[in-house]
Amino acid sequence: MALSLREYRARIKSTESMKKITRAMELIAASRIIKAQQRAQAAAPYSRELTRAVSAVATYSNEDHALTTEVENPTRAAVLVITSDRGLAGAYSSSVLKEAESLVEKLRGEGKDVDLYISGRKGEAYYRFRQRPVVQVWSGFSDQPTYDVAADIGATLIQAFLNTDPAPSEAGVPPGVDEVHVVYTRFVSMLRQEPNTIRLVPLEIVEGTEPPEKSEVLPLYEFEPNAGEVLDALLPKYVQSRIYFCLLQAAASELASRQKAMKSATDNAEELIKKYTRIANQARQAGITQEISEIVGGVNALADAASE
Amino acid sequence: MASLRVELVAADRLVWSGDAKRVIARTVEGDVGILPNHAPMLSLMISGVVDIQTPDEETLVAAVDAGFLSVAENRVSILAERADLSHDIDLEQARAELERAHAAGENDDEATAAVRQAEARIRAVERAR
Repeated sequence: MALSLREYRARIKSTESMKKITRAMELIAASRIIKAQQRAQAAAPYSRELTRAVSAVATYSNEDHALTTEVENPTRAAVLVITSDRGLAGAYSSSVLKEAESLVEKLRGEGKDVDLYISGRKGEAYYRFRQRPVVQVWSGFSDQPTYDVAADIGATLIQAFLNTDPAPSEAGVPPGVDEVHVVYTRFVSMLRQEPNTIRLVPLEIVEGTEPPEKSEVLPLYEFEPNAGEVLDALLPKYVQSRIYFCLLQAAASELASRQKAMKSATDNAEELIKKYTRIANQARQAGITQEISEIVGGVNALADAASE
Repeated sequence: MASLRVELVAADRLVWSGDAKRVIARTVEGDVGILPNHAPMLSLMISGVVDIQTPDEETLVAAVDAGFLSVAENRVSILAERADLSHDIDLEQARAELERAHAAGENDDEATAAVRQAEARIRAVERAR
């Protein structure tokens, strides 16, 4: 309590400049969320058409494809964890990492070895600090992912899935796995983001439970050159577009949690400034009171001396 | 006469959508022309140029990467990871890309694909003139 007025003033000043920074970050995050949502919307037609096409091929042909075939006794799994590149986003990265950890535990419990793939520097740092091996890391794009990145990640994961050798001798070839999971943060609303897990491959062909609307009944397509080759080309693209979707969701969630975290940081800074201003004023008044009483005391002492 | 409802979609955006009288695209089996009431079809495209003729006699030209084409009930969807309308393509930049792709060598598939894409972009601009 007994700090000098000057020290309180210094604290108020530094809290004020911190508040400016957190306020700026809040506003930047807010404006980027809108962009991130627009990107998610812009990507929707592609994934919609792709899903339509995949279901058309799956419905009208009995093609079996490596990407849809379940391995009988899966022994190895890959997990892609999508985290952010930067902190200051509240519990964003830690909650997605917690979800990833519980998934890894579950997979280990089922007797599967787990290969980790990480997107984002925060996840990389987390696993490096714990000295846990990570197969591949992608970073530097977490708040505005491009399709190229998603395509790259998708190509690597598909290669890992199609590779049957768990310990490849060549460099640059990811070790083979029997299934691939993705842990990302789903953007529910501006106020809610949930860590979520999906199984990427083998793809599950979900039979529709509701009867399709009349316009949605798929026409009898002709395939060129043939259904098998069309499926070969479609499925990797479908996987990549799913990854792109996850990255976009994760980016929007990251920005939303950053906005929320920075908003509460700004509010806290305001609170602190108020508190310090009050204490500083008290200290100032105490100083003044003390000076006055000293002066009055001095005057009285002089008057007493003169009257004697 | 019925017209086609065309959507030209790239991975990260809807490039163009609208009505058309005719669409010409390059599939793995060769060029294919689509007129209204075409039979449902799903085919793979190689990187090349797509011609879209609109009802008011305009011709839109677009360069697309490998992707696919689906036709059903007068709806045409052209999907490619990258697609650009000719007036969005910078000719100089496309030429530079072609140079670079040639320099990268022509032996592996990736380089050949890059050369093809760059050529398609240049062709799209030239055709649109």
